[in-house]
Amino acid sequence: MDSFNLETNIQNTWCPGCGNFGIISAFKQAIQEIIKNGFSKEKIVVVGDIGCNSKIVDYLALNSLIGLHGRSVVTAEGIKLANPELKVFVFLGDGAGLDEGIEHLIHAAKRNSNIKVILHNNRLFALTTGQFTAVSPEGFKSASSPFGTIEEPLNPLKQMIVSRASFVARGYSAKIEHLKNLILAADKQDGFAYIEVLQPCISFFNTIEFYNQKVYELAGHDISSEAAALKLASEWEYNAEGKIPLGIFFAKSRPVFETKAYSFIK
Amino acid sequence: MNKEYSIIIGGAAGQGSRKAGLLIAKIFSQLGYYIYIYEDYQSLIKGGHNFSQIIASEKKNPALKSELNFLLALDQNTIDRHQKKLKKDGLLFFNSNKISAEGIGIPADEILKECDGLPIMANTALIAGMAKGLGIDWELLRRVLEQELPKEKDKNLIIAERAYNQAKQIFVVEKTGSSICDLMTGNEAIAQGLVKAGLEIYFAYPMTPASSILHYLASHQKDWGVLAVQPESEIAVASEALGAAYAGKRTAVGTSGGGFSLMVESLSMAAQAELPFLAIDSQRMGPATGVPTYGAQSDLLFTLYAGHGDFKRFVAAPSNAEESFYWAGTLLNLAWKYQTPAILLTDKDVSEGTFSIESELFKQIKKQEALLWNQKGEYQRYKITNKGISPLAFPGQANAIIKSNSYEHNEFGITEEVDKDIIEAMQNKRLVKYKAMEEEAEKLPALKIFGNQNSKIAVVAWGSTVLTACEAVENLELKLIQPILISPFPKKQMQAALRGVEKIICVEANALGQMAMLLEEQGFPVFQKILKYKAELFSVEELKEELQKII
Repeated sequence: MDSFNLETNIQNTWCPGCGNFGIISAFKQAIQEIIKNGFSKEKIVVVGDIGCNSKIVDYLALNSLIGLHGRSVVTAEGIKLANPELKVFVFLGDGAGLDEGIEHLIHAAKRNSNIKVILHNNRLFALTTGQFTAVSPEGFKSASSPFGTIEEPLNPLKQMIVSRASFVARGYSAKIEHLKNLILAADKQDGFAYIEVLQPCISFFNTIEFYNQKVYELAGHDISSEAAALKLASEWEYNAEGKIPLGIFFAKSRPVFETKAYSFIK
Repeated sequence: MNKEYSIIIGGAAGQGSRKAGLLIAKIFSQLGYYIYIYEDYQSLIKGGHNFSQIIASEKKNPALKSELNFLLALDQNTIDRHQKKLKKDGLLFFNSNKISAEGIGIPADEILKECDGLPIMANTALIAGMAKGLGIDWELLRRVLEQELPKEKDKNLIIAERAYNQAKQIFVVEKTGSSICDLMTGNEAIAQGLVKAGLEIYFAYPMTPASSILHYLASHQKDWGVLAVQPESEIAVASEALGAAYAGKRTAVGTSGGGFSLMVESLSMAAQAELPFLAIDSQRMGPATGVPTYGAQSDLLFTLYAGHGDFKRFVAAPSNAEESFYWAGTLLNLAWKYQTPAILLTDKDVSEGTFSIESELFKQIKKQEALLWNQKGEYQRYKITNKGISPLAFPGQANAIIKSNSYEHNEFGITEEVDKDIIEAMQNKRLVKYKAMEEEAEKLPALKIFGNQNSKIAVVAWGSTVLTACEAVENLELKLIQPILISPFPKKQMQAALRGVEKIICVEANALGQMAMLLEEQGFPVFQKILKYKAELFSVEELKEELQKII
């Protein structure tokens, strides 16, 4: 088995130009580097949810489990608890992570399960042909909100910081090298990691131009400060206003759930 | 006539009547009696009325009776509620410093004051007074108290001795000559059965009457090397258990009907992804929140049919601690053998009831290894085989990629939506497996038969109603059939059990007669149903009367 070959030769069904292509490229590069550094490919598990994002799991020649909608994070926690030697990466969309299963993200962060969550944030339900999610901008017109949503969007980065995630970052699917480095940094950090990836949906909510104008890469930010992280996360509230910072918002180690759980029986 | 004693100890919540009930049961158990304890309590922490009813009998698996031989009252409420159940020669023991009644007064408060005891120790005084009254040897009482009250052992012994010496002997409870059994609740037996079958992680969210499985396993994590984990909801519980099973760990989850409702999506996923999944549903009275601390048998059809999509599952319903132990272990093994969902359907009065259990039984359950990959060729998680069971491998396995999927999938585990032949082939693979499960069910001790084998009338009872039905049919010379493994339904065994039977009477603690519906569906017409749905167990006297009306 060729350790570096991550292809499954399955026909890819993402729309041409989909932001998911950038995410899979960055992830493959990160995994190849992790394997090159001596970690066994067989000990890597990718967990998918339901949505365009989670098809990524079929396109990767890695151990995988595709779970139910909204449950990928907590299913991944089960895998990590069963065998803490595994590296567990979770792919899910904003619908799964911030609507259907937001409680699992919050609790996984709070208990500091040592899993790495990559949330493809296209800010709508795409595979179900376009409805609003918890992070669609206010006034967003979609199949289920023809007059525009009447709800303000959630700020998931702030949510993750106050839920005590060990690692909180934001990437952009068009910045592959930057995203790869975020994934590698999350892997190195002990504890629960949340990487939000801005992912334009070219079919239902094409935000490429919007992001290209708004995003900037962080420099000189104190990643150990919760207050600084929250301030930074407030720069963009998922509407039209503000600049959008990319990079690591917060990173601080604290004891990991799985280690503490096994301390009772060892 | 076999020797049997029916005893109630009652008081307000917080007065410790439950522990006291267990102490009384242990005393009778030491004299060679078989025990059943029924626990009655409400959804409150302090106040109200709690009681334990202990049946101590020369006969195995004794059932609840309406009448009482002895009543121990920690408060007036206990007398008001239960004194009318005392037999003519029954004895009432009470705290004479709190209550005025006719009977055997024990000045518990005075004794506590003299010995500087805590209010909860009124139980100790009352039990010691009872023990003397019933002619129970001081040494036996001392041994039980020492074992059961290790925290305040010395003070309890001083109080017990004083109460014992002050009281008068008026009766003699004799030894039975049987060997002494351990006492165990249904939930403790479930936990033991799971551990014997190789349980590695137990996931649960608190819900009466299943919570004590979680408590028991959590307190023994170190002893048994089994993790006990409490995630954020039953949805999380079930999902996490599936993840852990994918990674190769034997898991189980426990809840009651309401929590099981939240697990149903995962039940369906276990079927599609072919992940071993064992859920314990300890039934309580529903629908919805229902009567949360009282038993019922109303989740049978729910557990048989829960989950979207076409699939089969194992469902077994035990009636006492021994069966709880056996079937918890057996279902965990079966879930792994067939990579399939399984449900242990117990109910409040089995879960929280206390039973005598023979230690020989513990040898009956061992971990049975699942079918594992032989490490030859390319690994296919969903390889089509002649029995429909694909060999397992787990992440971390060298030279294998293990892809498991809640979508329909091909043999590798990659999502399949296009090739309809593959979709049909995978469903066929699972159908072959279900066939094998049906054959397995017929080989297991899926039914038990009691009473008069030649009777033309058969009573069918399951779960907690079995103990009562067993004694009731004995008196009336009827046959009793107890289905234990209910899915896949052991049709051949049922046909054999019903040979020569002309009429079936179903006895159930639910309002619709769910077992009766299942029997009808399986082609066994039911003549009459005796249903009870008032948050109370059948008593033997009551059921006998109901049966006599019909036969």
